[in-house]
Order: sequence, then structure tokens, then C-alpha cells
Amino acid sequence: MSDHSSSYEPSNGFTRWLDERLPIMRLMHGQFIDFPTPRNLNYLWTFGAILTFCLMVQIITGIILAMHYVPHGMHAWSSVEHIMRDVNWGDLIRYTHAVGASMFFLAAYIHMFRGLYYGSYKSPREILWILGVMIILCMIMTAFMGYSLVWGQMSFWAVTVITNLFTAIPVVGESITQWIWGGYSVGDPTLNRLLSLHYLFPFIIAALVGLHIWALHVVGSNNPVGVEAKTPKDSVSFFPFYVIKDGFAVIVFALLFAWFVFYAPNYLGHSDNFNEANPLQTPPHIVPEWYFLPFYAILRAIPDKLLGVIAMVAAICVLFVIPWLDTSKVRSTSYRPLYKPFFWLFVITCLALGYLGAKAPEGYYLLASQLFTAYYFIHFLVVMPLIGMIETPKQLPDSIAEDVLEDTSEAEKA
Amino acid sequence: MNLSFTAPFKTSKLSIAVLVVSSLFVSPLVFAAGGGDAPEIKRQEWSFSGFFGRYDKAQLQRGFGVYNEVCSSCHGLKLLSYRNLAEKGGPEFSKEQALAIAKEATVIDGVDDEGEPLERPGKLSDRFVPPFKNEAAARSVNNGAYPPDLSVMAKARTFHRHVPWYTEPYYWLYDITTGYEEKGVDYLYALLMGYKTAPRGVVLNDGMSYNTVFPGHQIAMAAPLSEDAVEYADGTPTTLDQHARDVSAFLAWTAEPHLNARKDMGKRVLLYLVILALLLYLAKRSVWSRVKH
Ligand code: HEC
Ligand code: HEM
Repeated sequence: MSDHSSSYEPSNGFTRWLDERLPIMRLMHGQFIDFPTPRNLNYLWTFGAILTFCLMVQIITGIILAMHYVPHGMHAWSSVEHIMRDVNWGDLIRYTHAVGASMFFLAAYIHMFRGLYYGSYKSPREILWILGVMIILCMIMTAFMGYSLVWGQMSFWAVTVITNLFTAIPVVGESITQWIWGGYSVGDPTLNRLLSLHYLFPFIIAALVGLHIWALHVVGSNNPVGVEAKTPKDSVSFFPFYVIKDGFAVIVFALLFAWFVFYAPNYLGHSDNFNEANPLQTPPHIVPEWYFLPFYAILRAIPDKLLGVIAMVAAICVLFVIPWLDTSKVRSTSYRPLYKPFFWLFVITCLALGYLGAKAPEGYYLLASQLFTAYYFIHFLVVMPLIGMIETPKQLPDSIAEDVLEDTSEAEKA
Repeated sequence: MNLSFTAPFKTSKLSIAVLVVSSLFVSPLVFAAGGGDAPEIKRQEWSFSGFFGRYDKAQLQRGFGVYNEVCSSCHGLKLLSYRNLAEKGGPEFSKEQALAIAKEATVIDGVDDEGEPLERPGKLSDRFVPPFKNEAAARSVNNGAYPPDLSVMAKARTFHRHVPWYTEPYYWLYDITTGYEEKGVDYLYALLMGYKTAPRGVVLNDGMSYNTVFPGHQIAMAAPLSEDAVEYADGTPTTLDQHARDVSAFLAWTAEPHLNARKDMGKRVLLYLVILALLLYLAKRSVWSRVKH
């Protein structure tokens, strides 16, 4: 894919001069204009473009917020209110950043379920998938640190609860936690490093995204049928076909985004974060933002603190190894009749864990989170390896073109 | 339109249709209150809720009156400046009126030649002067309780509905599509209207009042409002309900001062995006009509 010859021709003296010295236009042309892309991609493949859009929105709004934000325990919370009240359009910049984090995760989760359904993590796309898991890990840390900057009650106590998890580490737990805090409790030094790292991480994410796209362009996109593109008939050029389709999808996504920013900006947040941080008063319910709820449910499903932490971390890290846990040769779940109901059971499991993460871990809620936590891991560790071995997949089409054009005579003409 | 829902409902095409239709109207919704002593808080109609919502400046002026004459003796508004009272999208008092309000306050500003604090009347650029010097002073005259600052109170409280779990997604969608951001305001209104004589068997601690919606039902603030507590210049009836509504609306504005501008801008942005989406869709269709896919 990356070795397809670029049809780039410098159009004037300057671009010819540039091309001989730094062929960046040639590179861009090859990767984003000519790039052959399977002709049968559905709208789930537009989420990559949507995620790029989200990252740019977070970085731009974040840089503006950082111009007005004060990372000090006494001033952080009021500096955020100062942004909301006194900075020109500050409320919109902040709401875009806060809602943007939610939209970013929404898009990332859809993008990941897309990959799981269509087997996009399988050979030769393992590195591409692993880079994706690294991105979601960094996103989780970035969003957690960003949320803490508001320094409201929920921010402060989320930092307290999560950093306290490190004390579960045997022997060195206590010292590690104090090292992270920069003191004997969550305080000013903690807040300062949270801002420093919250500013840094998005750029690490941007670098990982670069590698992710590079890896994508080496092997090419997977597609809903899951057979590789072989002949030129299977593909169309990225421009104009996918540029226009991605562009349309980004704007539709922006409509949803704008609805929240302008008409429900606080809906996804928590009212307790409008109370300034108070180390002496624990809030009645400490709940993370919605996008962390499934992991929070897993953490609390396990009565032992250390095991709970391990399970929560494992819930994400297990994704690193699924290219080797899935034994099926067939990529797309559409062609896997036995696996398909388990895939949907997994989706329901994630939604259920999200619901349970917001509830107090007691009674039936606790029992349900334990059952769903169990299935979360069983799905990867048992169902994926086993079904691939016993399943008879449906007949795959020979090529994308055959699938799209239905009969081969048409495929030959096209 | 006045829809009242009692859950559970049937999941069907009909309920989706109801959702879509009902989301077009911002309608007050009666929530089924469940279990025992759970407070029942209802969604109220506010001029500023939903897609077409805007503050009613006459209401904000009345609400400021209630705050100024009743609440301000105990509660501050530390995030507000007097100039905000004259700004667009708020109560929109005239500059002169706002200045007159500011001048009633005494501001400590700098020191004189002997190092003694200097006092002067407030200016438009000053922040609202808090009623107490510090938390200890506030507690000492309030029976040990602390009257919290009210600047963002309308966003710092919420309530939970008691509906069967399988209906929750329906309410999420309903709230998102109707842009329901006023849970905190509804709580404030319910709190101010929630003072009742304690039911038999409930023993109130010293200085506490019974309130149906306050968590635990014992609140250290005595019922601050009553009928005719404040005079209204515009002839609006001075009922308890009206006072509670007006001051809640005023606190909604102190918590979200740029709501009008935000919602106006939102309409332009959405319109622009819809047109752009349509154009891109047509362009996409025409480009893709060249190949089978
Ligand atoms: C005499 C002093 C006093 C006056 C006047 C007063 N309050 Fe309070 N208020 C308090 C105290 C004390 C508390 C703390 C109550 C507690 O925590 O139990 C409080 C708490 C509150 C709360 C927070 C309730 C919660 O959910 O935590 C709100 C809202 C409130 N007051 C609104 C008002 C409004 C609006 C007015 C004017 C109409 C007003 N108050 C007038 C003393 C007062
Ligand atoms: C990967 C991208 C990013 C994510 C997921 C993210 C996430 C978040 C979240 C969830 C919040 C809390 C929002 C709130 O409730 O108000 C936040 C706040 C903040 N972010 Fe980010 N952010 C990202 C990028 C950035 C960047 C690049 C910067 C600066 C260069 C930045 C600067 C800030 C600042 C200063 C705040 C605190 C002010 C506020 O609360 O609005 N962020 N971020």
C-alpha cells in the first residue's frame, strides 16, 4: 500500500523546487489523495476522521484554557469560573473542551467496537491495533488529569480515590503514592503536575496518532467483508471518495457535539463539581465521568483493593493481546455465525458495566457487576480462542469487488 | 402540551414516536416518585429552559430584589460583580441602578497613612461584598451552620428520579433532546417551597427546620420566604410561589450568566452545520454515483 506510486506532479516552479528538496507534498499526495482505499467501507470507518477532528478541537480549546487557568489550590476553581464569566466566549471554549472530552471517548469507543466486530486487529494489523490501545490508555490518563484541574469536589475526590489505589501496591505503595502527590496528601504540588502532564499528554497522543496512521497506510484499511483488497477494482482513491464521505460524517458528528455544547453543556457532567474542592468533606457519591464507568464498575466489583486495581488495568491491557487470543482466520463477524451472538453479549456487557459503575456497589448491583466483569474477561480469554477453533464460518466472497458488484461478470466489466 | 409520564412504559415504536414528538416541546414532566421518603421534585417550566429558552429580565429583576432583601443577609454571591447587573442577558438594570446598588455596600480598599483599613462605597467593578468576614463569623450567628455562597448554587445541586431502571435510558434521551439543564434550579425552587411542619415522630434538633427535599430533611436555614416577603415594583403578585420562582430564576442567571448569548449562537451554528451537512451529502452522493459500492 505504501509503495503504490504517487501520481504527484509538481504544478509550478516552487513545488518542483520543493519536491527535489523535501518531497512533503508528494508524501501527502500519495497518502491522502491517491491512497487506494477499499470501495465498500461503511460509515463506521469515518470515526478515524472524527477522532482526528476531536483531538484538534481538544488541543485548540485546551491551549486557550491554559492561558487563563491558574494551577493553585486556592485559585484553580475560581479561575475556571473566571473563564466562564469574564473571558470573551470563555464559556463556549470551556464547554467545547469539556463536552469535547465526552465526544472524543464516544467516538473512540465506537471506533474500537468497529475494530472488534470486523476483526481489524488481526494480522497484518496487530501493530496498528496496539497503537490504538496505547492511544486509549493515554486518553484515559489525559481526561482524568484534565477533569481534576477544575478542582471542584468531584475533581478533588476523584484524584484522591484514584491516587490512593497506588497504596494497594505491596511494600512500596505508600512511598509511590506520596511521590505522586508530591506531599502527604493531594495538594498544590499534585495540582501543578496534573496541569503539566495534562498539557503534555495530548501531544504524545498526537504522535501516537501519527504512528497509527503510518501503520494503517502500510497495510491498508480493513473493510466490512474482511477480505484484503487485491486488485485495483477493489479500491477507490482516497480523494475524492473518502475525503467527501469523511467530511460529511465529521459535520454530522459536529451537529451532535454542538447540541451538547449549546443546549446541554452540563448534562454529561456532575453537579458536585460546582462545589469548590474541600479536603475536609467527602461527597456522598464519588462517581467518575460516564466514559470511565465500565472500568470503575470492574474496580469495585472485586472486594479486594489490589485485585480490583489489577482487574481494572487488565480490562484495558487485555486488548493488547487479542490479536493472538482470537484464533479465527475470518475477520468480519458478519461471516461468523457462532461468534456473532457473543460479540453482542460483549457489547451489552460493556453497556451494563457502564450503568452499574454509577450505582452503589451493594446488593443486586454488586452481584450484577461481578457477573458482567466475569464475562468481560471470559469473552477475551475463553470465547475468542475457543470459538475460532470450533466455528465453521460462512463462505467469504473472493474479493471486495465480487461482493460489491454481486456477480463476477459485472466485476470484470468494472 | 402537558405530558405526564408514569413509568413503566412499553418499549415500542409508539414510545419512540412519543419521545420524538415530546422532545419537540419542552413540556413539564411529572416524574413518578418511588420509595418511601424520597423527595419528589418536579420539572418546572422556566423561561430559560430548552432550545428557545431566554431569561425574562423582569423576572431576574424581581429575583434580585428577593435575593437582596432576604438572602443577602446570610449568603454571598462572590463570583459576581455589580457591573454584571447591568450587562446584557441578565436583569439588565440601568448603569445608574446598578451603581446605586453597588454604593449600598461598603468595600475595604487599601490602608490609610496609619495602616488602618480604608472603607469606601462600592463601585460597579467591585465584586459583591459577602455578608460575613469569614466562615467562622457566618457560623457563629447561624447556629453553627454555614450559609454557602449562592453564585453557582443552581448548578451545584441536582436530584435523582425514582424510576424503574429499564426506563432510565428513555429519560436520558428525553433530557438530552429537550436540553434539560435546570435540575439544580428545580431543586432550589423545591427547597424553598419544601418547608413543612415535621411529621409526627420526627424530632428536630435545636434550630433546625423540616424540609421535604433537603437531604436528611433537617435544614439549618429557617424558611427564608413567605407571602409578601418582598415588594414588587411591577405589580406581580407577591405569593410565596412567585418569590421562590423569581429568586430561583435569578440564581440560575448568576450560575450561567451568558446563557442567552450561548443559545443564540447555538442556533446560528446548528443552522450553518445543517446546511453544510446537506451540501456535503449531495456532493458525496454525486461523487459516489460514479462507482458501485
Ligand atoms: C438567616 C440566614 C439565612 C437566610 C436569610 C437565607 N439562608 Fe439559605 N442557608 C442558611 C444556612 C445556615 C444554610 C445551611 C443549611 C444547612 O446546611 O443545613 C443555608 C443553605 C441554603 C442553601 C443550600 C441548601 C443545600 O442543598 O445545601 C440554599 C440553596 C439556600 N440556603 C438558599 C437561600 C435563599 C434562596 C435564600 C433567600 C430567599 C436564603 N437561602 C436565605 C441561612 C440563610
Ligand atoms: C487528548 C485530548 C484532551 C482531553 C481528552 C482533555 C480532557 C479534559 C477534561 C475532561 C477536562 C475537564 C473539563 C471540565 O469539566 O471543565 C479538561 C480540562 C482542561 N484541559 Fe484538557 N483535554 C485534552 C487536551 C488538552 C490540551 C491539549 C490542553 C492544553 C494545551 C488542555 C488544557 C486543559 C485545561 C487548562 C483544563 C482545565 C480548565 C477547564 O476545566 O475547562 N487540554 N481537559
